[in-house]
Amino acid sequence: MSSPDPRDVFRNEAQELLEQLEQALLDLENAPDDGELISSAFRALHTLKGSGAMFGFEAAAHFAHGLENAFDLVRKGKAPISGALIGVTLAAKDHLRILIERPDEALQEESDRILADLSKAIGSTGSQKGGRATETAGTAESETAEANPATTYRIQIRFPANIMDNGTNPLLLLDELKGLGSCTVSPLTTRIPPIDAIDPNSCYVDWDVLLTTDKPRSAIEDVFIFVLDEMELHIEEVAIENKRLGEILVERGDAPAAAVLTALSRQERLGEILVKEGATSEDRVASALAEQRHIQTSAAKAQQKAPQASIRVPAERLDNLMDRVGELVIAQARLREIATTSQDVALRVVAEEIERLAAELRENTMSIRMLPIGSLFGRFRRLVRDLSQELGKDVQLLTSGEETELDKTMIERLNDPMVHLIRNSIDHGLERPEGRAQAGKPREGRVELSADHSGAQVIIRIRDDGRGLNREKIRARAEEMGFLTPGVAVSDNELYQVIFQPGFSTSREVTSVSGRGVGMDVVKRTIEALRGSIEIASTEGAGTDITLKLPLTLAIIDGLLVRVGQNRYVIPLSMVEECVELSTEQDLRSKSRSFLNIRGELVPFLRLREMFKVTDEISPYPKVVIVSADDRRIGLVVDQIIGDHQTVIKSLTKLHSGIETFSGATILGDGSVALILDIDHLIEFGRVQEERLKAS
Amino acid sequence: MSHEDGKDLEVLTFGLQGEIFAVEALSVREILDLAAVTAVPNSNPFVGSLVNVRGKVVPLADLHIRFGMEPFEQTVDTRVIVLEVPLEGEATIVGILADKVFEVTGLAATTMEAAPDIGIKWRREFVSGIGKRGEDFVIVLNMERIFASRDSEPAGKPEDAGSETVTAF
Repeated sequence: MSSPDPRDVFRNEAQELLEQLEQALLDLENAPDDGELISSAFRALHTLKGSGAMFGFEAAAHFAHGLENAFDLVRKGKAPISGALIGVTLAAKDHLRILIERPDEALQEESDRILADLSKAIGSTGSQKGGRATETAGTAESETAEANPATTYRIQIRFPANIMDNGTNPLLLLDELKGLGSCTVSPLTTRIPPIDAIDPNSCYVDWDVLLTTDKPRSAIEDVFIFVLDEMELHIEEVAIENKRLGEILVERGDAPAAAVLTALSRQERLGEILVKEGATSEDRVASALAEQRHIQTSAAKAQQKAPQASIRVPAERLDNLMDRVGELVIAQARLREIATTSQDVALRVVAEEIERLAAELRENTMSIRMLPIGSLFGRFRRLVRDLSQELGKDVQLLTSGEETELDKTMIERLNDPMVHLIRNSIDHGLERPEGRAQAGKPREGRVELSADHSGAQVIIRIRDDGRGLNREKIRARAEEMGFLTPGVAVSDNELYQVIFQPGFSTSREVTSVSGRGVGMDVVKRTIEALRGSIEIASTEGAGTDITLKLPLTLAIIDGLLVRVGQNRYVIPLSMVEECVELSTEQDLRSKSRSFLNIRGELVPFLRLREMFKVTDEISPYPKVVIVSADDRRIGLVVDQIIGDHQTVIKSLTKLHSGIETFSGATILGDGSVALILDIDHLIEFGRVQEERLKAS
Repeated sequence: MSHEDGKDLEVLTFGLQGEIFAVEALSVREILDLAAVTAVPNSNPFVGSLVNVRGKVVPLADLHIRFGMEPFEQTVDTRVIVLEVPLEGEATIVGILADKVFEVTGLAATTMEAAPDIGIKWRREFVSGIGKRGEDFVIVLNMERIFASRDSEPAGKPEDAGSETVTAF
């Protein structure tokens, strides 16, 4: 297999960094003083600059450099965060994305314009350093390392003797340094005079400190911020590699290179010789040895940590893994079938073992594919911000349940429909600030996104506190367009489903955002393709509530296996409410009416035998599977209920895509194929069939 | 449609009610015994069922219906030919029923002829050419056209028992 193009790796990484940057910027808008957020934005820019230059994205690196300079000023408190600054930086972030993803289309003038805007936003100090040419790959590399966790610094500290006079305690400063990361402190005692000459208020000790930290260099400087002017402080970055003692001494300027080389040629213990020669002192050697140890342990730690770190895997490989697991589950079902009919005890034991392992493997694989939905919600913050500016409406986006996990494919495919729904909420749902004030609502509109698990489903809600849907208007328009028969009573949800009809729109004016009546049908289709459903509830004047119900995963579901005639079918278990027997009496009476009395509630039922035109002999004890769909309970009459079944979903080819009653197929333990019922479409099909019967 | 490139055409020959048909050998994936078949209710009877081919759910087509032949009956010689057919630009694995599978053979390009416009009872567009194999004629099928055709009914047999798909017209 060929290794991936490093430029692609960078593009991937940049994608994440840009998202991190955007999140930080949006958060900063609400909390402009949060130093952690500023650092986060700065780090993202810094890494983009460094890696960009390293992988040959010169223009992007240069542009990021200008941004970084601006943020450096912010970070140092020399420029305040302002709305204008965030606006420009967001635009800059978009431009940076173009520079990285489609460098050919990016315009130099655009870069210059944004940088100019930026320096305007930040004040005159803005782009002093902006003109500096793009760094060479070498320095960029080391600077990238700085932003990464765990860089090792060599810090040489020399305080003036009178440092303690104004109340500074060097040991406290060292403790503070220790707090930054793993730290090796070596005292240098050569300056200590004979005991009778000691002034107890003076500091004679110097320190060499090796610090491995994820904090930037400035954090180290900050420790000494109050004494920086009086003391000597040298901070250097040290590469983590195994170094010889002599190399360390020379590098630090503690011993001349020539002396080290002569000493080495004598093949004795280097430190002792150097001390004997007077080239260096004993405690300098001890300090250098300590440095060597520190670096060795840091390197060892880094190695230990490596396996726990996350690994980047192409999504395609995860898909392949899921496919293989699906096949394994099917093969395992076959094995179980063979084992249960066999007398061989050993075979049964192995079959059980494999069943358990397959189940665990399946769960693990699914969990690898699960991502928190927060990653999706995060993307909408920018959308809401831009829309609220474009439309002149104040909008507050509230999110909850970000930790709810969903299959990654689902998250990817949910993006577009959710963007559409949120746009609708803001454009159609929320009133203008004046209108809201008149209606006695806060001027700022609210859009709430929430996600939650409910059984094997994920419920996503998009709620706004806008004007709500106008029943009469929708009704009138629906009748006008022939979607509804005038005068027929429909439930709210049924009425609102009209919105999802292609071409439906009550909006007279078309904005750039919505109102063309294109889109809601696409939303519905996308959600249904994910085997989900969409519901609308609305109170006029108080807001609209859109609920998406989605299965946890697209690959494997729990199903109820039933038999109708010779065929077996899978009903998604998440939709099944209960199973009851169809008594002979009810069976006979159903010639004229097909509904059951389930604990006082009327439940209509459909006969799958009739719907599927099954002609072989009728089973004497038909069963009814009660499913819930669209707020209704419907019974499905089947010949036999076989039991639950781990259903690996296989999609149907185009040759069968016109048959909506089945959402897919699966392979059973005996190797035969069973169809998976699409309950919503099945009910619709049954309704249409019945109407046709009535008409004839 | 004849093959003018002058090379022999590698084909798999098979029998359907006494007639010898052929498909391009390149498109053939494998040949299987007919195992459990699952009917798809309310589907086009031409591809009215599904079979399991090594863990894949594959639609099974019955050319008897497409060519208006006597209904298919399973015998010891019945086989499923698994093919790759481009469907709306997407390579799709399908199975077709054969009463008997003969062999993979080369049809000399020189003996290939286009389908005549009379004397043939199925649609010309389904036939990509007619070759000769000894004394017999071999009808080379254009599977892409056969599957792309939306008609559910055979040309010569308007009513097909149990079909609800008349709306397809």
